[in-house]
Amino acid sequence: MSDYILEMRSITKEFPGVKALENVNLQVKEGEIHALMGENGAGKSTLMKVLSGVYPSGSYEGEILFKGQLCQFRTITDSEAKGIVIIHQELALIPQLSIAENIFLGNERVARGLIDWYKTELDTRALLTTVGLQESPSVRAGSLGVGKQQLVEIAKALSKEVKLLILDEPTAALNEEDSENLLQLLLAFKKEGITSIIISHKLNEIMKVADSITILRDGKTIETLDVHLEQITEERIIQGMVGRDLTHRYPHRKANIGEAFFEVKDWTVYHPTQAERKIVDQASLHVRRGEIVGIAGLMGAGRTEFAMSLFGKSYGQKISGQLSKNGQPLRLNTITEAIEHGIAYVTEDRKEYGLILMEDIKRNITLASLKKISKRYLVNDHQELIEAESFREKMAIKTPSVHQKTGNLSGGNQQKVVLSKWIFTDPELLILDEPTRGIDVGAKYEIYTIIHDVAAQGKGVLMISSELPELLGMCDRIYVMNEGRITGEVGREDASQELLMKYMTKGRD
Amino acid sequence: MLDTVKRLFVGNIRQYGMFIALALIMLFFQIITDGTLLKPLNITNLVLQNSYILILAIGMLLVIITGHIDLSVGSVAAFVGAVSAIMMVNYNIHFGVAIVLSLLIGAAVGAWQGFWVAYVKIPSFIVTLAGMLLFRGLTMLVLDGKSVAPFPDGFRAISTGFLPDFSSGSTHLLTIMIGVGLSLLFVLMEWRKRMIDQRYQLEVLPFGMFIAKQVLIVAIINYFMIILASYKGLPNIFILLFALIAFYTFMMRRTVMGRHIYALGGNEKAARLSGVKTKKMTFWVFVNMGVMAALAGLVFAARLNAATPKAGVNFELDAIAAAFIGGASATGGVGTVIGAIVGGLVMGVMNNGMSLVGLGIDYQQGIKGLVLLLAVAFDIYNKNKSS
Repeated sequence: MSDYILEMRSITKEFPGVKALENVNLQVKEGEIHALMGENGAGKSTLMKVLSGVYPSGSYEGEILFKGQLCQFRTITDSEAKGIVIIHQELALIPQLSIAENIFLGNERVARGLIDWYKTELDTRALLTTVGLQESPSVRAGSLGVGKQQLVEIAKALSKEVKLLILDEPTAALNEEDSENLLQLLLAFKKEGITSIIISHKLNEIMKVADSITILRDGKTIETLDVHLEQITEERIIQGMVGRDLTHRYPHRKANIGEAFFEVKDWTVYHPTQAERKIVDQASLHVRRGEIVGIAGLMGAGRTEFAMSLFGKSYGQKISGQLSKNGQPLRLNTITEAIEHGIAYVTEDRKEYGLILMEDIKRNITLASLKKISKRYLVNDHQELIEAESFREKMAIKTPSVHQKTGNLSGGNQQKVVLSKWIFTDPELLILDEPTRGIDVGAKYEIYTIIHDVAAQGKGVLMISSELPELLGMCDRIYVMNEGRITGEVGREDASQELLMKYMTKGRD
Repeated sequence: MLDTVKRLFVGNIRQYGMFIALALIMLFFQIITDGTLLKPLNITNLVLQNSYILILAIGMLLVIITGHIDLSVGSVAAFVGAVSAIMMVNYNIHFGVAIVLSLLIGAAVGAWQGFWVAYVKIPSFIVTLAGMLLFRGLTMLVLDGKSVAPFPDGFRAISTGFLPDFSSGSTHLLTIMIGVGLSLLFVLMEWRKRMIDQRYQLEVLPFGMFIAKQVLIVAIINYFMIILASYKGLPNIFILLFALIAFYTFMMRRTVMGRHIYALGGNEKAARLSGVKTKKMTFWVFVNMGVMAALAGLVFAARLNAATPKAGVNFELDAIAAAFIGGASATGGVGTVIGAIVGGLVMGVMNNGMSLVGLGIDYQQGIKGLVLLLAVAFDIYNKNKSS
């Protein structure tokens, strides 16, 4: 009898034409937090789908031992019956249902064939206390923020008497504070004897909570590191993930900063439906040519809303304040006007707002600037192809051809397509909203290089990010927002995570 | 070379699949009806019988690409047909004027529905379901529950007339000449495209394949023209249809507006943030649908030589089925004009073939339903396989 709660032995899973997993081994000790790391496409999610029975037994080779027993899961229900619960990257709550209904969905508290609402309510309360969520069980799940929804998911997992909790990128959409809470919760579970497997791209979090780390690369197990046996650095993990020594996580750049050309003064925006709610409050900022300016803030600070309201008033109502470019006042009432005046906005959620997934790369790249490749409203297909090809080369989009549907690309390549689309509009100011969210380390580096190139051409870059190290590594100057106001402005030399955090949580004076 | 052919074929199976299905269905009925299907008289009838559905299918395709649906087109067609009858029969308005006014009424109806869908954001299913009832009611009101007939000859010529001929022989010489002209035009355009593709170093069909494709298409064009010529020649409606297909194919494939419509249907939020005027575009797609419904209503009234309160019942279902059989996606963003036309013809040939065989209307309905289901299932199967 080993002390492993879970052993996956030489798992091989093939999709038509691709070997997603090849002889992968994973050993998880009882009661530990085990991190599964690797670049996007390394096979982490596939491995977890094999484990949870999404890919039924028989569709892969190798064996799974849970508590020493050989398991052959045919469905998710099988694995959940054993206490293996997976929380997916995309939250699976039903927004129209209440917290209680969501938690017991498919696992309803029943008395004599009917739902027992009292028991449902009571059990939900107990679970919510465990995960530290102070909400009424009858609140609609859709009205909660992402962080709270995540907690509901965890409560749902706990309701199934979980032995092994698997979290697929649980903090990708969370801000620092919510992430911290979540990690603390995992540590608390560990004390109660629940084993967790966590998939994450955020190295600092892994360093904080993990007992062991298994690294996958290209569908193979590279190594398993025991945090308690050896000193492990972030660089050490990255090296394992990318298979090369990535000494600098941010490319080197020599900033060549010109004069301020884009200015925002006293920008105030109200909520689109709740007319009395101020979302952005008297925000002012400026961007210089060739400068990369960051906007830090917690989730809900109003950063995205601020950026979108600048971009042709695509968010909010009763917008007031002045915009100017090159000293001239600027009025941008529609997105078309914003694009014409050289503003580009790369959205936060590339699948939802950035790309048309069913269309190919070239059509996505040219969508915002069809005028450039057409004469009298007629699109020149050939010119389009040439432009798209040139972006494919410049941006190193990894694809067999530009006729590939963007839905089939990896996250990093999708982001490069979105960036190509906006760079093709030839913007003077490029606004980036979480440009590297959910992208693996190698692709992040390439995205950073692209951003540097844009700045080097004398354009201004305004970059929103929730990852403080990224802002510190990339930006010449950082604005900090909280509750719709700009609470601080920090130059590169003075910036530190602690200082930014202080401004991010700074209340009203 | 075989690899290239295979790859091109597999890559475009959805496109070719429809044509192959249509050809097989035609072949099947040609055999089972002892050659009646492709007789000159029957082919002419086939085109005339389906013309209004094909017109509706073009408009419906645009609506479906934007991710919407229009259930009202049958009622709108009946309503416009009724109003045109009142104008021409009761008030003796010249048919040219009446046609223009009718199309304008169609546009107004489309604008009405487009307003609710695009600006008030009411689901198109609801808006056009309401429209279906509303315009059916208005049709009965306008006609006072009775049929209005007959139409002036000039108006009837839209649906029943043929292109005049300058020769007095038994075959229609002008039709054959048009066939030859079309063939030349087609080959010329294909050749030009091939030249440009090669200049940009794009992949083109191997030369032998290219020639074979041209020969095949030229043969098909001329075969049908000869069939038509041996009866009364080209029906007027054929020319109208050809013009509509050419115009809308060109618009959807080559213009900025076409691109915007596809983008809007593919992902409305992303399209809006890329500068596509999504509301305005949706509105105009519905206006267009209104005009097409009006046109279909006129063609149908002219063919029947009467406006009746029951005209156009279930037209919307045929038009929607045509678009879906032709490869349009129910979630929007995907579909082609040619596809919708082929889809409409599949339905048309089946109707016609089954009637020739003497199959009852009960069987016909059921079989058509199954074909729709299978066509879409095949499409989804292909999509899943390719991704």
